[in-house]
Amino acid sequence: MVQLTLPKNSRMTTGKTWPKPEGATNLRKVQIYRWNPDDGKNPQLDTYFVDMDTCGPMVLDALIKIKNEIDPTLTFRRSCREGICGSCAMNIDGINTLACIYGMDEIKGDVKIYPLPHMPVIKDLIPDLTHFYAQHASIMPWLETKTNRPAKEWKQSIEDRKKLDGLYECVMCASCSTSCPSYWWNGDRYLGPAALLHAYRWIIDSRDEATGERLDQLEDPFKLYRCHTIMNCAKTCPKGLNPAKAIAHIKKMMVERVV
Amino acid sequence: MAFLTDRKRASGMGSAKTGTEHHWQMMVSSVALLILIPLFMFTFGSILGSSYDEVLAYYQRPFPAVVAILTMLVGFFHFRGGVQTLIEDYVHGLARKLAIIGMICLSYGAAAFAVFAIVTIAL
Repeated sequence: MVQLTLPKNSRMTTGKTWPKPEGATNLRKVQIYRWNPDDGKNPQLDTYFVDMDTCGPMVLDALIKIKNEIDPTLTFRRSCREGICGSCAMNIDGINTLACIYGMDEIKGDVKIYPLPHMPVIKDLIPDLTHFYAQHASIMPWLETKTNRPAKEWKQSIEDRKKLDGLYECVMCASCSTSCPSYWWNGDRYLGPAALLHAYRWIIDSRDEATGERLDQLEDPFKLYRCHTIMNCAKTCPKGLNPAKAIAHIKKMMVERVV
Repeated sequence: MAFLTDRKRASGMGSAKTGTEHHWQMMVSSVALLILIPLFMFTFGSILGSSYDEVLAYYQRPFPAVVAILTMLVGFFHFRGGVQTLIEDYVHGLARKLAIIGMICLSYGAAAFAVFAIVTIAL
């Protein structure tokens, strides 16, 4: 059965409240999920106070400031700081998004930061995305061709290239998949919105010659048909993409093959 | 514990090569119910509050009886598909299979009783 409550060792406890920086007048209260696999304790919510007069505008800026100036043990992923690498995906103010492109001013009240929901946590804000990446790899995210490679390049019309817009921009941050209840309950078998969006990106690519094999691989009550158009994926995507629409297109193509 | 690679876990047993038929059947039955439910409401509603004999006479006419039978059949067929999806979402392991079998028996049993009742009145 689906598990509706957290296991005992995952239940949140009140954490440490760090002292306010002296002399600061423009403070924001930031509460962050902390869990260390080495200390054997339950996860806790630590409270920090960030001086916004000396902090950058984004949530990631606040996290970096906390790590640099208050608590160096705080652990999170980050890299590009401009919404391209997808590393800093986390649950901020109840929404899965990228910390680097989510402004502190977009949040009313205290800033609450948790790791992406329903994924195993490695430490603090770092989820284990191993299975998510393996699912992505399983949809063969590369160009599959059978025709002999052309001397120069695979040609694609401007119209066909336009079909990839809204798909190729995905940065695999996992915000969508971890916001999807179907992925929460059946993530072991359901591919999730991110992998399916990528699958559609290759299915619809005019140069790809494995359309049938790709559709064959997806035709499964769990791999594809766990999507019930809940639309959390489209709502949460920090890049403004619509995985639900891509999944609907795949279903439409499946029906076209049959009827 | 099993030493499976990540890719092996993700691929699982591969594609079941099914699912589209269920999806298509649910789409078709949804559209059918969009037509049938208003018709059923209209026919059933028009004799609400009538006497026993009037209701019997009404359902001996072909249109209300056929609408009622189709609504029951398509409705329970759609119910079966929908609840199966719901069970697959939330129940796992052996309980999933048992729940699906139980729900199929319940759906087709209810449909059979409904059709029997309407046919008994109509004939």
